[in-house]
Formats: sequence, C-alpha cells, structure tokens
Amino acid sequence: MNYVEVHCDECKGCAVCVSSCPHGCLEIGDSLNAKGYPYVRFIKQMRCSACGLCFTVCPEPAALSVYTSKEE
Amino acid sequence: MPDTNEKFGRSSVFYDTFERRGAEEKSTHYCPGCGHGTVQKMIAAAIEEFGIQDRTIFLSPVGCSVFAYYYFDTGNIQCSHGRSPAVATGVRRTLRDAVIIGYQGDGDLAGIGLAEIIHAASRGENYSVFFINNAIYGMTGGQMAPTTLLGQRTLTSPNGRDQFNDGRPIGMAELISVLPAPVYVERCSLSTPKQVLKTRLAVRKALRYQIERKGFSFVEILSPCPTNWGMTPIQARTWVTEHLETVFKLGRLKDYDEDVPVPADPVLHPIDDQQMLTLLTAGGIPTVKTSVEKRPSRSFKIGGFGGQGVLSAGELMAACALSEGYRVSWLPSYGPEMRGGSANASVICSDDPIGSPVVDTPDVLLAMNGPALDAFEHTVAPGGVILVNSSVVNQKTRRTDVSYYAVPATEMAKEAQLISAANVVMVSACLAVTGFLSIQTLRESIPRVLRKKAFLERNLGLVDATITYLQQQEII
Repeated sequence: MNYVEVHCDECKGCAVCVSSCPHGCLEIGDSLNAKGYPYVRFIKQMRCSACGLCFTVCPEPAALSVYTSKEE
Repeated sequence: MPDTNEKFGRSSVFYDTFERRGAEEKSTHYCPGCGHGTVQKMIAAAIEEFGIQDRTIFLSPVGCSVFAYYYFDTGNIQCSHGRSPAVATGVRRTLRDAVIIGYQGDGDLAGIGLAEIIHAASRGENYSVFFINNAIYGMTGGQMAPTTLLGQRTLTSPNGRDQFNDGRPIGMAELISVLPAPVYVERCSLSTPKQVLKTRLAVRKALRYQIERKGFSFVEILSPCPTNWGMTPIQARTWVTEHLETVFKLGRLKDYDEDVPVPADPVLHPIDDQQMLTLLTAGGIPTVKTSVEKRPSRSFKIGGFGGQGVLSAGELMAACALSEGYRVSWLPSYGPEMRGGSANASVICSDDPIGSPVVDTPDVLLAMNGPALDAFEHTVAPGGVILVNSSVVNQKTRRTDVSYYAVPATEMAKEAQLISAANVVMVSACLAVTGFLSIQTLRESIPRVLRKKAFLERNLGLVDATITYLQQQEII
C-alpha cells in the first residue's frame, strides 16, 4: 500500500504539497504542531500512487516521506 | 509498515539535525513555502545519486541561504557577498576532483557580485551555478534587486520599479548564455509541479556536466518568496507563473555541443618551497637574526579607534619581531566602520610555533584611546606594561602590579605634521621601555611596512623624537 508519512513537527503548513497532489490525497488539518503551524494530513490513502510530487515540491528536507508497496 | 519501501525521503546528504537553532532541530530556517528548501533538496538528491558527497564543496552565499552549510553534510565554504564565483575559481584551481556547487541568490549574483559571475562564466570555470531568482533581496527585508520586475513594489521601490529611474530587470540567463565559454545555461521555475520536475533535471544535468569536466553550467531558478511578496505560498507560485515567467522566459538557452572539445584542465600545479620563497620575497628579504637560546615569548594588545593606525602598529611590531627571528602572529579585530569604530590588534612573538593568535592576557598593552584602556587594562599580565597615548587618554590605570607609561603620542605626531603616525610613537615608546626589540630594527622595518613612502623621513623623525622625549622624562 502506498502512503505518505507526515513528520508533523517539520511541516510549516505552506500547503504546496496539497496543491501539487494529482489525487487530492493531502489536506491541511486544523491542529497546530509544536512550532505553531497547521500541518498537512494524509487522507484518501487508496488514491496515492506514490508519485512523490508532494515530497519533491515540499521545501522541507523531511517533512514528508513517501512509501510504496514492496515489489513481489 | 514492513511491506513497504521508502521511495522518497530525507536525503543522506543533509545532516540528521540542523544544530543552528538548537539540538535536535530538523526543519530549515526558511519561511513556509520558500523555494530554497525545494532546490536544496534537489541538489542533495543529485549529490546522493551521483555518489559525490565526499568530494562536493557547497558554496553558501550571503542571503537567506547563507546557512546552507548547516544543512549540507559536504564540504562547505560560506563566501563573501557575491564572491562565490571567485571562491569557486580558487577551489577549482587547487582541487581537481572537487565538485563545486555555487548557490547564489539574485541580490548576491546579479547585484553585489555581478562582475565575479560574468568573469567566472567567461573563463568557463568547471563548476555548477544554481541561481535562485526571487526578484528581490530577501534576507534584508525585500529591497529592489537587479531582477525586480518593472512596476514591482518593494521596500526600496514603493511606487513600483521605474525603468528610467531604476533600470530594467536583468535576465542573467540570457546574459550568461551570450558568453562563448559556458556550456549549459537554462532557466527553470518552481511555479508548478511540472516546472519543479524540469528544474530537477536541470540540476542533475549541471552537476553531471561538471563531473564530466565539460565546463561552466548555469541554472537560473525562478523561486517564490511568499514572505517578502506578501502572499501565501500558493499565491506566490501563481505570481511566478503570471509575472516572473512572462519576463524571464523559461527554457534552455545553451547546451553542451558534443563537437566542441572539453577545455583543458585548469588546475595549477603546486610549487616547491624554493619557488614559494622566491615568490613571497620578491620585494627583498629582510635580514633575519637567528638566536641559539630561546628567548621569552611576548604578547601585545594594541587598542584604539579605527583610523589611529592600531592595526598597522601591530603590523609594524610584527615586522620588527620577524626581523629579529621570532615567529609572529598578528590578529586584527575591527568593526564594519571605516573610521571611529573600535579596533584592536593582537601580536604574539615567540621562538616556539604559535598555536593560537588570540591574546587573552597581553604582556604589553598599548592603549591609543580611553575605551581601549578600559577594555583591556584588567587583562594585562601581572608585571606587564601598560603604555597609553596621554594626548587622548585622561585617566590613569587602576592596576598597581604593572608598569605604566604615558606618552603624548597624538600631540607628538601633530607636531611632526603627521597626525596619522601616533602609532609609530607608541610602538617606538613600547620598544624603548621594554627593550624587547631594538630601535635599530624598528628603523629598518618602517620602510617595509609604511605604505606612503613620501612620509618615511617624518616617521623616522618621530622615532627619534620619541626616544628624546622618554630620555627627557627620565623614563629611559
């Protein structure tokens, strides 16, 4: 199963990943992280294709990690 | 989850934590939605992919990305404002296998250091430049840059940039591409995911060409600055598309031509000690006395305000000590002011190798003004010497365990119609009362240190005047 792991304390809530995801898998949540930023949440896991666009456009080194299923 | 692989994640080229803002910090200092982080991740990914981490030297600029050396676990040099291409040139000439990354913003590259980048490009230095163009000076608060668009409101163009008053925006990629030497010039953008992916390819290509020693590559990247543009990160990206990209056209302006031969390797060959000696002593070799027995080391602190010749007094002292065969260190310390700021110089003279040039407890303090006496008198070693310029310093020292001498250096210099030479009086007096170095050595050293040769006689006259004064006062 593909999925995006959010390290919420490294996210600054810029939402560039949200606008970049071709499948609408991400959204900015309501709660704030330790730095006071609202942070991104991974939703709609079934649609994630692990394309990595969210990671590539994200300005933070490791706010997001993208995982993909192991090949059989 | 055990059945998954991390496909995209933190690059091993970044440090695990960024200690600048505290232990365990993992996020950058960039504002939310800044383009710097995105580009630096691409560079890190490319370094990892090419396996060049151990031979990469990342040149941090001045600007928001000044702290890149806290992020990249590679070689790092933080360059003076705009001077990254000069540093790259030096590194390239000395380290043949280094992979050099010049990372510069538009204030740094197109403003402050325009001449440097043009000449490095024109020489075809084999390194890769990533030019982050956000159309303003970001770190200092959003002032107009050479790349600011016409009509764009900034801190220093509150009514919008005016072409007649402020000139038109400079297209750096175009400018570089018309030079014959660069092999690869492309302008990219971070406006949309598609453009980000294109940028990633350009970053890789620029590095690959360098690794293949093809020559100079230049990648301009249009990058959003939400904070200084007063927009959300998403609005800023739309603004890049709608405004920046219409003025700064995206695309490859120049690419490597397979038919053009790869330029010769520009690495300079090391010279041997004899050649180095010849080079360094082209102006004549000072007579150096050598001594058999080890003499005691001495440390000096010279303090005053900028313009009093504080640093050159130290230089003169150091030159004298060199002539007498000492090993010497001279460490200047001064503020950004050209005149009137405080300055001090630390000089150590020793027969042993000098580990650190820092002087914490000077044997001798030359206080050219009151603040210097206040700042350093308590640091003087017990039994040491404090010498003050009594024309300027009114107070006496509170120390009772040191020898204290007062010389009206500024007045004597004024009498000799060379007010800038108060430092020579101080140095002469210092050598005379301590007997550390001979006055004859001082006379011989002045011509070597003095920049305005026309004043040589007056400077030498001041040495004599100082000795006469000290004798009259029965100090010596």
